[in-house]
Amino acid sequence: MAVSIAIDPITRIEGHLKARLEVSDGVVRDAWLTGGMFRGFETILLGRDPMDAPQLVQRICGVCPVSHALASCMALEDAAGVTPPREGRLLRNLMQGANFLQSHILSFYQLSSQDFFQGPSTPPFSPRQKKPDLRLGEAATRMMLDQYLESLDIRAICHEMAAIFGGRMPHVHGIVPGGTSAPATSRQIQEFRSRLKTTREFIEKRYVPLLYLLSESYADLARVGKGWATAMCMGVFPHPDTGEEAIRAGVWAGGKEYEFDPAKVMENVRYSWFTASSGGSPFSAPTLTVDLDKVGAYSFSKAARYSGMPMEVGPHARMWVGNMELSPMGRELAPKHLGVRARTFRELGETFAFSIMGRHLARAEETWFVAKAMEGWLDALRPGENPLQPMPKLKDGEGYSLTEAPRGSLMHCLRVENGRLSFYQVLPATLWNASPRDDAGLRGPMEEALVGLPVPDEDSPVNAGRLVRAFDP
Amino acid sequence: MNNDTPGGRPPFTRRRFLRTSLMAAALTGVTRAFSPCVSQALAETLTAVRPPVFWLQGMGCTGCSVSILNSLHPRIADVLLHVIRMDFHPTLMADEGEGAVEFMLRSAREHAGGFLLVLEGAVSEEKEGRFCVIGEAGHQEFPLSVMLEQLAPHAAAVLAVGSCAAYGGVTAARGSVTGAVGAREFFRRKNITTPVINIPGCPPHPDWMVGSMLILLDAAERLGLAAGVKETAAGLDAWGRPRAFYGSTTHENCPYLYLFDEGTMATSLIDKTGCRYSLGCKGPGAWCDSPIRRWNDRVNWCVENALCIGCVQPDFPDGQSPFYQKNLW
Repeated sequence: MAVSIAIDPITRIEGHLKARLEVSDGVVRDAWLTGGMFRGFETILLGRDPMDAPQLVQRICGVCPVSHALASCMALEDAAGVTPPREGRLLRNLMQGANFLQSHILSFYQLSSQDFFQGPSTPPFSPRQKKPDLRLGEAATRMMLDQYLESLDIRAICHEMAAIFGGRMPHVHGIVPGGTSAPATSRQIQEFRSRLKTTREFIEKRYVPLLYLLSESYADLARVGKGWATAMCMGVFPHPDTGEEAIRAGVWAGGKEYEFDPAKVMENVRYSWFTASSGGSPFSAPTLTVDLDKVGAYSFSKAARYSGMPMEVGPHARMWVGNMELSPMGRELAPKHLGVRARTFRELGETFAFSIMGRHLARAEETWFVAKAMEGWLDALRPGENPLQPMPKLKDGEGYSLTEAPRGSLMHCLRVENGRLSFYQVLPATLWNASPRDDAGLRGPMEEALVGLPVPDEDSPVNAGRLVRAFDP
Repeated sequence: MNNDTPGGRPPFTRRRFLRTSLMAAALTGVTRAFSPCVSQALAETLTAVRPPVFWLQGMGCTGCSVSILNSLHPRIADVLLHVIRMDFHPTLMADEGEGAVEFMLRSAREHAGGFLLVLEGAVSEEKEGRFCVIGEAGHQEFPLSVMLEQLAPHAAAVLAVGSCAAYGGVTAARGSVTGAVGAREFFRRKNITTPVINIPGCPPHPDWMVGSMLILLDAAERLGLAAGVKETAAGLDAWGRPRAFYGSTTHENCPYLYLFDEGTMATSLIDKTGCRYSLGCKGPGAWCDSPIRRWNDRVNWCVENALCIGCVQPDFPDGQSPFYQKNLW
């Protein structure tokens, strides 16, 4: 007999999310995800000074403010025809990179790690679900708690890196239209470098090896949660000279790779609490109108689709699309813990890459990749060099930007009329991964990945939370 | 014990010294007195009082939660393990779903009048509160507004962390369609009289959040919870902020103040040889101690890097924008 289960709130994520599952014979048969909070940034931005947008949009997400600031600045620069100087592009990569490290470490350790080990018997580590399905021995449990506590320091250090060039974190001051607000000093570069070294050591000695180990300890979770197995990346970390992106754009669907084309992005609202006319292309969709009485609607999230397809986004999607090289630790540990020889991420296999553990491991590997790339950008900085191209007063124009936040693809589209914002659309990763069904009735990526998931105990549906957190929605 | 001390007075211990300096800070708003080492030492001496804390996330960005994770004096791990008892925090707690919400409701009943409620993010009661649903209990959805109405009257105090919870902030900015407001305004409408401590900032500095809790917990340990809350509430300014952190403007402590006095103004954001007032810096009207405290292990702060956007102020963001244009006053 099918049972309906609600998990509300799904904790240890950023935001408000509820899962409703239909379970029979210990397996999820259907799933609905509800984004339970609405603030309406797109109407708040209307009529404002365009230069204020990068500050305001950061308040969409306290975990990934740098990405929103960047996306907003890039869209404004697109509208104004301005290119930030090389130094500004380097400093942006470094701030964005520092926040990738911060966000990924937070996502795994603070948000997800408790899915795999039991912390102390005091809040916030306790209480928890009756049958948490934990399989680590005493020594491994102690190691994970040690790493949990150490990671608190490390992620704060990552914020310090972003603040060295950005003023403070969360919500940076340093990313402004035209570049960044302060030239780097030699002392700052030195302060940044020592923190990056500490962080990289943590990534190499703790984070990455731990994920290979856990993928073996929880081997069954390395095979479940496949979903649509599509992947999309809008490209991030442009090379300061060539513009070539360190993590390139692309789309993976039906076992084939395609070039990414922003014109193929659409927003569906059939199952969202917005009027039917609120959907469409992000370049032209009318301003959102809330409709809480809409029949069939169940989420404040819209359903973003690419050529009508739901797309998985985030570290595993980027690692898959770019077929990124694995870390030296990964190449060494993959045969031991995963039983495969692999040089690149795709060589770990589709089943693993699109599983609960695969998504977590991709995040750890990407953290290593970004930390390594940051060293190169840091070396390329020239102390005192101008990072800011003055922006002309923007009277009329339109622009858009494509980038990646730590948790997935990010797109901003805007229009300026008479010196004021007259249109603003934000497509964050949540609209992809955590989307409800689309106009054609296709489930969102996380909904689809939940279907088929084993839930041996309906009173403790721990695997559902595990899957959601592996996406970092 | 007092007999050991000459004159029969209690020994002037490290703990008493800390308390004295803390009281001075709280009462006079001398922000320098509440230094990281004071809060560090105070955290080490707090022993008895650990009222349960329920941290509710409303209409916000989670930035305040992320900011408090950066706490260094004391470190966040110590805060969580030794200083406060975080019975409910959506981004940190192991539990999830109904079990988590029901645990909080049970704990709230057991500690009626003795728990602290933290609100992060704004609250809306429009459309029965459906713009922000925070969880389920007993197969019933709880909008934030309903949960707040149910819990807040029984809390010893409410800490409104961040500008959204304190005053509405960006969530309630012009153009918002959700009717979001801050905690005090919501309580006024609902006739809830529980004291509210505002800790604004977008986000607040971790020291402002942890420090305010320490001031409150220290007073509670000395006087009992109810009287401790009363003393803490007496140390708030007209905007409901602890004077210890919000007692002076950014401008008066700004290291570039001499440039302002000289009339040497910056010509662009990257020009660090002039005062940023000419570029739109809101420091003169923004009350917080960022210039002295600095951010993220003191590596930098807002004006050193760019300029102040007035994020601690009750009228942030509308009254503080445009951010990059010279103020009219």
